[in-house]
Amino acid sequence: MDDDRARLRGRILWRDGERAGLRTEAGDLVIAAPPGARAGDLVDGHEVVRAHPGGEYPRPDSEVARLPRARLDALAARARATAAVRAFFAARGFVEVDVPLRVRTPGLEVHLDAVPAGEGRWLITSPEYQMKRLLAAGLERIVAVCRCFRAGEVGAQHEPEFTMIEWYRAWADLDAVLADTEELVAEVARAVRGAQAVVVGDRVIDVTPPWPRMTVAEAMARWAGVSALDGDEAELARALAAAGIDAGTARAWDDLFYAAFVSRVEPQLAALERPLVLLDWPVRLGALARRCPERPGVVERFEAYIAGVELCNAFGELVDPVEQRARFEEDRRQRAARGKPVHAVDDRLIAALEEGIPPSAGNALGLDRLVMLVTGAASIRSVAWFTDAEL
Amino acid sequence: MYDTSDIRKGLKVLMDGHPYTVIEFQFVKPGKGAAFTRTKFKNLLTGGVVEKNIRSGEKLEPANVEDKTMQFLYKEGDDFVFMDPKTYEQVTIAAETIGDDHDLMKDNIEVQVLFFNERSVGVTLPNFVLLRVTGTEGGVAGNTAAGNVTKPATLETGAVVAVPLFINEGDLLKIDTRERAYVERVKG
Repeated sequence: MDDDRARLRGRILWRDGERAGLRTEAGDLVIAAPPGARAGDLVDGHEVVRAHPGGEYPRPDSEVARLPRARLDALAARARATAAVRAFFAARGFVEVDVPLRVRTPGLEVHLDAVPAGEGRWLITSPEYQMKRLLAAGLERIVAVCRCFRAGEVGAQHEPEFTMIEWYRAWADLDAVLADTEELVAEVARAVRGAQAVVVGDRVIDVTPPWPRMTVAEAMARWAGVSALDGDEAELARALAAAGIDAGTARAWDDLFYAAFVSRVEPQLAALERPLVLLDWPVRLGALARRCPERPGVVERFEAYIAGVELCNAFGELVDPVEQRARFEEDRRQRAARGKPVHAVDDRLIAALEEGIPPSAGNALGLDRLVMLVTGAASIRSVAWFTDAEL
Repeated sequence: MYDTSDIRKGLKVLMDGHPYTVIEFQFVKPGKGAAFTRTKFKNLLTGGVVEKNIRSGEKLEPANVEDKTMQFLYKEGDDFVFMDPKTYEQVTIAAETIGDDHDLMKDNIEVQVLFFNERSVGVTLPNFVLLRVTGTEGGVAGNTAAGNVTKPATLETGAVVAVPLFINEGDLLKIDTRERAYVERVKG
């Protein structure tokens, strides 16, 4: 017995009468402890942390410290996925960059709420503005794997703090970034699962490139019965009413669009047996995308969905400083109208655009959601090292 | 008024003049669009379930509903009289409001009475009740071959349920009120 103890390395977690719980390299065990040992005492070279409150050991609620096996496996898979992402971009000549997380001017997009960080700073909702400045600075292939913060987003696919994989290619178009996306997902699936497939519920989804494509107009017409995407708010509202879609009190064009998208298109996307790339977004949902030169009314933007999970959003980047400033000012008006904080326009980003950014395309892909897909996790919380609720 | 951040299971809201309770909800947010709460509501009057996507910023009206534990006292014609065991206040509820299950209620049983705008609109029985058999025929040999291994039994409250052949008059049975189904015979 004494010989056994001499070989134990670990620490005493608790003492209860004659017994003490030990966490060792080999696992947890219970040993006899001298009566009267208190927190801070040494027992056979192990420090007593605190007296045991009594009852079962390990406690049934002890998963705060001891994660369930499934979560540990998912987190190990997350680490493999992250390593595979870095290797993927390194092999293609991308420079991995670090972006500041505290900035003066967070994303101006109307439906994103930034978290204040004090001292006139905000936490980034995406690394986009800083990465575009690096494109202007002369870098041509850059990737960031960084934390982003969006207030109030909590759900099965949302955590207020999450990890984004964002990459840009100068002198490239959206097709190159789409090819990156398909290959990246297939590569991560191979690295984690050994197969070009992901798991959602009891379904296995083949992610072998290329993925099927569909335009937004076609998806809305086919699944929502709405084809009036070129008109104004009133026209879209009439089309929704005719299709029997309840948009509540929505009046703004994008709110009407998403009422139809969320209620009719997303459930269909969730049922697909293959990933789907949604292309050619209406100009009104252009955000930071450039207008499509060949197809009026749409911008160079795609989103990829796998089993209904919105995995990424990519743009043929808007590099025109005048149009960019006009869109920022419009976002500011919308934010003011909705009673949201109106952040300043990032003058340094505009200055970078004025100096010139090569024609570029980029994508923002949620690492947490990618890990959910390759591990078959039903919730983003199952693949997070720490969730908001665990802080 | 409630907004979408108030949505949780059991929240009672008023929509189109009917009280609803939230039975399921999910946060949905397109990357570039407004946040929605995909919410399943159960109509507390009809039991019907509807799903709505409620956009962040929309308001929900609270429903004036209350669930009270009350004791069934006695039947008066087609009406049933209940009492709040705390306040001794009595209410009379029509059989049609109670629904099909009124014939599973025995005197003194405690039930949940739902009030909407101070008016009783529904009664929920406990999941299980104990009732005595007042009438049933003996098991008929030969029927089992056709797979018919149950027979009807009349309970003390007047309800008729299917029971196994070994059940006799005077037995005390545990009945699942949700299924109107026999569960087991109990001693007593």
